[in-house]
Amino acid sequence: MTSPAPGKQNSGKLTLSRALNEGLRKAMENDPKVLIMGEDVGRLGGVFRVTDGLQKDFGEDRVIDTPLAESGIVGTAIGLALRGYRPVCEIQFDGFVFPAFDQIVSQLAKMSYRSAGNVRLPVVVRIPFGGGIGAVEHHSESPEALFAHIAGLRVVACGDPADAYAMIQQAISCDDPVIFFEPKRRYWDKTDVDLAGGLAAALPIGTARTLVGGTDVTLICYGPMVRTCVEAAVAAQEEGKSIEVIDLRSLSPLDTETIFASVRKTGRCVVVHEAAVTGGIGGEIAARVSQECFYHLEAPVLRVGGYSTPYPPSRIEDNYLPDLDRVLDVVDRAFGY
Amino acid sequence: MAVKAAGRAASRSRTHDEPPATPELIQLLTPEGERAEHPDYPLDLTPDEIKALYRDLVLVRRIDFEAIALQRQGELGIWASLLGQEAAQVGSGRALGPRDMAFPTYREHGVAWCRGLDPAKLLELFRGVSHGGWDPTAHNFHLYTIVIGAQTLHATGYAMGIQRDGALGEDGEAAIVYFGDGATSQGDVNEAFIWASVTNAPVVFFCQNNQWAISEPLDRQTRIPLYHRARGFGFPGIRVDGNDVFACLAVTRQAMQAAREGQGPTLIEAFTYRMGAHTTTDDPTRYRLSAELESWKLKDPIERVKQYLIRSGMAQESFFTGVSAEADEVGTRIRKSCLEMPDPDPLSMFDNIYAEPSALLAEERAQLAAYLSSFVSEEAAR
Repeated sequence: MTSPAPGKQNSGKLTLSRALNEGLRKAMENDPKVLIMGEDVGRLGGVFRVTDGLQKDFGEDRVIDTPLAESGIVGTAIGLALRGYRPVCEIQFDGFVFPAFDQIVSQLAKMSYRSAGNVRLPVVVRIPFGGGIGAVEHHSESPEALFAHIAGLRVVACGDPADAYAMIQQAISCDDPVIFFEPKRRYWDKTDVDLAGGLAAALPIGTARTLVGGTDVTLICYGPMVRTCVEAAVAAQEEGKSIEVIDLRSLSPLDTETIFASVRKTGRCVVVHEAAVTGGIGGEIAARVSQECFYHLEAPVLRVGGYSTPYPPSRIEDNYLPDLDRVLDVVDRAFGY
Repeated sequence: MAVKAAGRAASRSRTHDEPPATPELIQLLTPEGERAEHPDYPLDLTPDEIKALYRDLVLVRRIDFEAIALQRQGELGIWASLLGQEAAQVGSGRALGPRDMAFPTYREHGVAWCRGLDPAKLLELFRGVSHGGWDPTAHNFHLYTIVIGAQTLHATGYAMGIQRDGALGEDGEAAIVYFGDGATSQGDVNEAFIWASVTNAPVVFFCQNNQWAISEPLDRQTRIPLYHRARGFGFPGIRVDGNDVFACLAVTRQAMQAAREGQGPTLIEAFTYRMGAHTTTDDPTRYRLSAELESWKLKDPIERVKQYLIRSGMAQESFFTGVSAEADEVGTRIRKSCLEMPDPDPLSMFDNIYAEPSALLAEERAQLAAYLSSFVSEEAAR
């Protein structure tokens, strides 16, 4: 590990895992009500080391190694939030969030509505998601659309370390519940992270960002597909195609203004995610773009994503996951109309 | 069936720790209205305090009757009656201090009364004009939770917050959470037991065992007395006569004080009976015998207090007629509130979903507003 020790430096190249760690640390320093809770988050520092060293520095009352039960993690986090705390829950892997589904969907998401706004639940549920790490079943899933469907939740996905550092702090300071997806195969990617800069310069949590400017096609992505799509844009440039890459960052709400402005400019739209295309975020974007940008479109909105299968065994996962070639293949199709 | 029976016999033989033939039941007032003493639960109430409990019981039952009538007349969509469970709710509800926090199911109208919530707020939910909508901090009474058992985790987390706030001690705070016999089969309730146990959280689990989970009798949920389960989780469990307001008060007081002082959780099983239907949409004649109902009528929670007050000379006829008249007034008042309750503005469905503004909801709100106003302009054109 060449990353600096926690909290020791103000900038430098950090992994996504360490950037999240620094963001959590900053949030805990700024607000004594911020708690971390989950399985193995304390002494071990989390299976992806995102909470490494935090229990040592903030104590067992603030970094809580919980019993092994996801509904209990989210349910007790709700109770702590009712008492004025701001819990950040870690669900160890995407496929393990379902025991907590009722607490998230029926309680966390609906308490503000049920209480006519008298109760706010500033709870963050962190979920490492996506495949590409050669894992066994239930460790490679992308369930984000299930949560984006639920009113009362904000759903975000970080794409790189610098953004993750700011986004986790914004999620914690948000008064609404936030489901925070982390691209687990990108945990060890590194970028420069400005630890000294405040959040004032950071993009607001509900907005998308244009990572690569382009004129021919809009490529919309988030989480683990951000890097893939940026690489696709670079490769396409060599073929003379100009791709604009939008990192959604927020899946609920969707920053449709940024999406529509880009598609009206390029006339083509391709949405990329690891999740199955059926019932996915891409379908929602396709419907909205078709409605709002109809006369600007040179081609139907196309989707690149997982097939309508369960996540396959890891030896064949590369065939399931969108990669640079599959993305460019569909981009080519968008030029065929 | 033979296979199933054999399996049952085999599993029974593996049970090392059979519960006692007659589980202990804490009782301080017999169904006949005679005071009983229990060495662990001394209770010293003044005549005024006893009369106040009687008044609570009668008023709470009256509110329940009025709500059932309102449902029958089409003014409420549904009502979940607490008939028969008044003592469990009033006894435990009056054991709470103002800073304690109560987490109810959707049947805790008696606890709501004790916490000072206007009964008309309860009617809003069952009439369909809100999902509850009260401020839980106003009376330290959380919102009704409809998904069975989910609130046990909320109470446990809240209690973990009390610990972190350093609010334990003789003048400390604690949480109490209500649930039924059916809920004890839920994962959330069992997870809450584990969390509360390993964190030693200041929470009292108050289970009203009313013998029926809609149509399913207790033996579909458990083969041991429910209060015995606590021991397996590592904290005390107590069974109390749930139709005895004195016993429910004394036992809950002690459990709450233990929690406040840092001694951790307690499971109280209030052994009672759901005298009415599960809700107004239910028909209990399809699944239970009237003889069972008749036997529980003899254990009525209100009648025994009345008998005790009469026999001990603490109350005269004028007191009972006074309470009865007050109950009618409360009934009239909540009926009036219900009938005058306006339907919410359709556009209010977009309110309070998020703390922060949502462009999507603003857009949909505008769409619905435009759609609704299109009818108004059509009518105006005629």
